Amino acid sequence: MGRIVTIALGAFKESVRERVLYNLLVFALLMIAAAILLGSISVGVEEIILVNLGLAAISVFGLLMAIFIGIGLVSKEIERRTIYSILSKPVSRAEFILGKYAGLLLTLSVNTAIMTAGFYLALAFEKKGLTLGDLSLLVAVYFILLQFAIVVGVAIFFSCISTPILSAVFTFSLFVIGNLSSDIRWFGQQSQSLLLENATSALYYLLPNFSNLNVITQAAHGVRIPGLLIAANTCYALLYIAILVSGSVLIFEEREF
Amino acid sequence: MLALETIKLTKDYKVGFWKTRSNRVLDSLDLQVQTGEVFGLLGPNGAGKTTTLKILFRLAFPTSGTARILGRDLDDITVHQRIGYLPENPYFYEHLTPEELLNYVGRLFAIGKDDLRRRVNQLLERVGLAESRRVPLRKFSKGMVQRVGIAQALINDPDAVFLDEPMSGLDPLGRHEVRDLVLQLREEKKTVFFSTHILSDAEMLCDLVAILNRGRLQGCGELREILRLGVSTTELVLEKPAEGILGVLRPYVVSVIRTGERVRLEIHEETSVAKVLALALRHKAKIVSLNPVKMSLEDYFLAHVSSVEGEEPAPAVAAGDR
Amino acid sequence: MTPSWLQSRRKELTRLVCGCMVVSGLLALYPLQQSIDRERGGSGSRREEILFLPSGVMLRRLSGGYSGLLAAVYWTRAVQYYGRRRLAHAQGFPLLGTLLSITTDLDPHLLIAYRFGSLFLAGKLPDGAGSPAQAIHLLRRGIVANPDYWRLWEDLGFIYYWDLRDYARAAEAFRLGSEQPGALPWMRVLAASVAAQGGDIRTSRFLWLEIVHTAGNESIRRSAELHLAALDAQEALNRLDGLLSSYRQKEGREARSIQDLIASGYLRGFPLDPSGEPFIIGADGRARLGPKSKVDLRLLP
Repeated sequence: MGRIVTIALGAFKESVRERVLYNLLVFALLMIAAAILLGSISVGVEEIILVNLGLAAISVFGLLMAIFIGIGLVSKEIERRTIYSILSKPVSRAEFILGKYAGLLLTLSVNTAIMTAGFYLALAFEKKGLTLGDLSLLVAVYFILLQFAIVVGVAIFFSCISTPILSAVFTFSLFVIGNLSSDIRWFGQQSQSLLLENATSALYYLLPNFSNLNVITQAAHGVRIPGLLIAANTCYALLYIAILVSGSVLIFEEREF
Repeated sequence: MLALETIKLTKDYKVGFWKTRSNRVLDSLDLQVQTGEVFGLLGPNGAGKTTTLKILFRLAFPTSGTARILGRDLDDITVHQRIGYLPENPYFYEHLTPEELLNYVGRLFAIGKDDLRRRVNQLLERVGLAESRRVPLRKFSKGMVQRVGIAQALINDPDAVFLDEPMSGLDPLGRHEVRDLVLQLREEKKTVFFSTHILSDAEMLCDLVAILNRGRLQGCGELREILRLGVSTTELVLEKPAEGILGVLRPYVVSVIRTGERVRLEIHEETSVAKVLALALRHKAKIVSLNPVKMSLEDYFLAHVSSVEGEEPAPAVAAGDR
Repeated sequence: MTPSWLQSRRKELTRLVCGCMVVSGLLALYPLQQSIDRERGGSGSRREEILFLPSGVMLRRLSGGYSGLLAAVYWTRAVQYYGRRRLAHAQGFPLLGTLLSITTDLDPHLLIAYRFGSLFLAGKLPDGAGSPAQAIHLLRRGIVANPDYWRLWEDLGFIYYWDLRDYARAAEAFRLGSEQPGALPWMRVLAASVAAQGGDIRTSRFLWLEIVHTAGNESIRRSAELHLAALDAQEALNRLDGLLSSYRQKEGREARSIQDLIASGYLRGFPLDPSGEPFIIGADGRARLGPKSKVDLRLLP
């Protein structure tokens, strides 16, 4: 356990010293600020636009962070051979993966917290104050964070089997596909080919379903997210993360350097 | 107890796009290293030295055979608690300073806070990095990184240290320091296992060496024994010898080399030495020197490597020193 | 401290645990996803998920250089949405207009989206959204974005002509369209005849046939063919009614079946509707579609 914490903190420290992270963070905050401007030119939907755009900024930039840092932390370690001196310590490969994953998640949580704070600041500015009801937007942020947690898992999984650039491409593609998986299934159902229908249906259940976690617009319109959905989505994310991390460990156990 | 024992350790790497062909980089390697020994694993580039070390630290897995470190199985990584490893051309997290890196590594060994602080200070001093302890590693030269590497291998005060080409990339002064360090470790009764292709290092440090070429063990034993086999040449240098003398001496010498005024004669048979000397004196040759030539490890190495390569045409060692 | 034998078996153990985790995890995904689908479907959030952003213009600003790709995604969603609801016999298509408007915001030159939209937004329930106003709005935006494409004028005129029966505006639209480069000559004729006579079956038939020929989409073609079939059936029914009234005048009694008309030489054989079913004579003495006919006369205005 101590070793996992050490590796996690090391990974956190490494990503915090990464310049890309700050660029992305600044961009995200700028975009949230821009949302105030954008909202002010339209009429009647200022808050909706702010919420939509603000949450979208958190989601997009957090996603970029998750992919870039997620890829870097494992495959860069292999590429630069820094991993030799770590795995030759009394550290099992599972501990290494778990530690890296935890560190990344920590980085993303901290960044999401910063972006969310910026977002609430913008909201308070726009509405001239906040109400208790605005806290319900945190559900949307929480879902976004769950998405990141899955994306980081995907990133680590791919970086155990591929080069950094390819891993980034794979991770991003899987994210896009995971957002469209219900469309893919629908295509299959329309194809009137039993094979295609079963195949797309299998994909629908197997691929990470990111659209489960898209609630930005509901949040913008003030629709309440049912508690059961929160619970189910949390379970889904945890389960998927467990699969990804276990899969990564399985592959990583066999990997030679 | 044996510090290290390898039993028929074999490693094949799959090569080619489809990973169909396999390339044997290590072939049934049997080694035994006693505790407290300084053991040198020698061989040219691509001999399988690095692969051996990678297998010992589970960075690669043997195709067949097995090994035990301090009596424990390779898969039992708790043994890592008591050993240290310096990879070949090591890289460390560039964003860290030597101090941070050593602290990080120390925590992986679960070394207590106070112990760790003491140990880090001591090690930085020992490898000569005390002054640059707060400089990020990305600003370090290769030699300095190598020192950091040695320090991190020693952070847990290991019983056995495994160093992969510890002298490579170091300037003469650095080499000297590493040499001293290894000697110090020997004083402390640690086992030191290191690989090198630089023979003078091994000559100076090792109690025992194994010579590896293209994955196969060429010879293993006490350095003195291996070298004694070679002490059989004597060198006689004459100045401005008359032409007639050389003709008389020719049957007893192996080679005649002229350098300017002087002529260097190499004599193999010990019995010939007296005869050659007597003949030279009788012909009033001017003798500059007479020396027994200790065969260097280099010569032994060349002889062995080339004799193996003579047996079959050697393919270029393209796979590199993995 | 873990015992030594466990330590050396650690790799196998890790493999076992992780393998089990992956397999059981993947199996558990299935019921979990199903319950999430139920949960999301139940809360009526499908709407929000499809829209995601309130306007396509904003989406285009955000999409960087990929607005074309996003337009394709939204176009697909619009078609899917239409198809899915059509298949489910759901009443109405409340989101169709928004989806198409996002699509055309993203890619203002996606002509098929306008043509599709004009037909199915204006079309009557259950086939269309029954909202000609939305269709006209979409088409007008399309005309602004693609002034050279005269077919959009044809579609606009068609909505006025067919769905709204506003013949003056229809003639106006056809006339404006006929002035665009590349417009086929019949547009001018169409403008004139609609202005003079208002609606008649021949003009309608011509317009639907034109849609069949130029439809770029299977749904559009099928819908146009159904409309044509209805028109043809209506035309045949009108002719049969004419025959029936002359039969009544000449014979002095009502014809009770098609056979009566054949026996008296008014018809040479059983006339069939476009779906291949014979017409029948109803109890009120008027011709009507057979019971198995697949022609839907409700499509006609």
